[in-house]
Amino acid sequence: MAGRLKVFIGMAAGVGKTYRMLQEGHAEQEAGRDVAIGYMEPHKRPETSALAEGLEAIPRRRLTYRGTDLEEMDLPALLARAPELALIDELAHTNAPGAEHEKRYEDVRDVLAAGIDVFSTVNVQHLESLNDQVTELTGTRVRETIPDAVLGEADEVVLIDLTPEALIERLRAGKVYPGENIEAALGNFFTVENLLALREVALRQVAQEVEAKRLVVEAPLGTRTERVAAEVPKAVGERLLALVRPQPSSQRLVRRAWRSSQRLGAPLDLLWVKPPGQPIEGEVERQVTALRHLASVLGATFLIEESDNLVDGVARVARERGTTYIMVGESEPPRGLARLREPLPQRLMRATPAGVDVRIVARREGREER
Amino acid sequence: MTVEHLLIAVALVAGLIGGYLIARSRLRGRRSERPQAIHQILLPFTGTEISRRALDAALRLARAEEATLMPAYLAAVPKRLPLDCAIPAEAAKAMPMLEAIEQRAASQDVSVDSRIERGRSYRHALERLLSRESFDRVVVPATAEAGAGFSGDDLVWLLEKAPAEVLILRPDPEDRRFVTANGSRAAV
Repeated sequence: MAGRLKVFIGMAAGVGKTYRMLQEGHAEQEAGRDVAIGYMEPHKRPETSALAEGLEAIPRRRLTYRGTDLEEMDLPALLARAPELALIDELAHTNAPGAEHEKRYEDVRDVLAAGIDVFSTVNVQHLESLNDQVTELTGTRVRETIPDAVLGEADEVVLIDLTPEALIERLRAGKVYPGENIEAALGNFFTVENLLALREVALRQVAQEVEAKRLVVEAPLGTRTERVAAEVPKAVGERLLALVRPQPSSQRLVRRAWRSSQRLGAPLDLLWVKPPGQPIEGEVERQVTALRHLASVLGATFLIEESDNLVDGVARVARERGTTYIMVGESEPPRGLARLREPLPQRLMRATPAGVDVRIVARREGREER
Repeated sequence: MTVEHLLIAVALVAGLIGGYLIARSRLRGRRSERPQAIHQILLPFTGTEISRRALDAALRLARAEEATLMPAYLAAVPKRLPLDCAIPAEAAKAMPMLEAIEQRAASQDVSVDSRIERGRSYRHALERLLSRESFDRVVVPATAEAGAGFSGDDLVWLLEKAPAEVLILRPDPEDRRFVTANGSRAAV
């Protein structure tokens, strides 16, 4: 039977992942389990090193690469020792050439396959899918990444949370890096702005992991794809849909919708319900291209749904995408017989699934387009 | 003339008026859905503020020529990222700036059509925008601050390459007012 994997995840170095892993290792040992440290990186942190005392550590293996001695986890020795629980730090680490695997998470898979439980640690920016986002947010790219599936394989994910101010305080007190590196760290990566963004990413990531696991447990019927598709609205939480038209005024609506989606941490879809047969050419084509381009810049999805009935088209897309929030631009004042017609938001409310909110974005005063 | 004749006449008139109103309403609807060909003035900018002088000049021109102003935020994407990746941090800077510009344009009755363009450098972003859209005029605020906005080389390049009339506004040392995401500010 395969071992169980527990991952301690944090927004950045220094939040206390290794410390917490060791604490839990001690607790397991005191509960009578056979615990050993497969690999631990104390980063010259005296408190962490002190906490490792009392736990058996499998000696590291020395590998020589291009004349340099490198220390790595000794996978064969760990497998031979076969404790009940192994503590293996830094899941995203890249091994030195000559080791069994290129990446440490691959070592961990071998350990789990041998029936040994593993506690490990990782920072959120090491997750492959978040690497670009974190780089964009912080301006710093980490080279060592792990596929998101590795975190998905974990039986338990524990978020080690700390406020940015508390982490910076720890950094200043020399609890994260040695004295000579503190100022450089404070000036580069460890800014309140960066840490706030990373913390939000970490919190959201763990929430998504929990949600994904809950879905798998709660939906026993059908294929996995069918189960996930059936549960899309629950899995993704909020999802915004902005109704656009190939006109410059739609750009403002998209900006409003994007800001809301950022606040909610929700994906954003842009939808144009195109009348059947309307050609996409000339100015329409130019505006469609502009909307597609803006969607790409914002990380939103641009959809074109062909329908002669706007409300039906929106309702269909809202159901398919699991939309929870629809944003529409303010309509022109109705003229003639159109005054007798029910306003679009009301028609949308009736046609879309229960629980979908509709928000109207006001037009700007003055002329916006000709 | 009998009462029946009168009723028929009234019904005919009402039908004609109703038909006219429906046709007019549909025609207006179609017109409003179809954007029309327009003249455009490009106002490229970088960062979180733009010279108020340059913006006002672009707005004056747009208003006089009944052109659409296209404020374009240029974002430099680092080489380690794909050029077409989402850039939420840059977008977060661009959004309030575009909003501020549009507000000012709306108050002067000028139509706007905003853009955010990515490139490996500001010049590259501008090059991509120029290849994608057509403009009658480009208004560029030159800057006296080293490292900010467009360099002298960028402006020379623009004069040579832009398929439009280029209007470069020289910074006035006496007039250091800017439009920012939070409104206007005067530099000291």
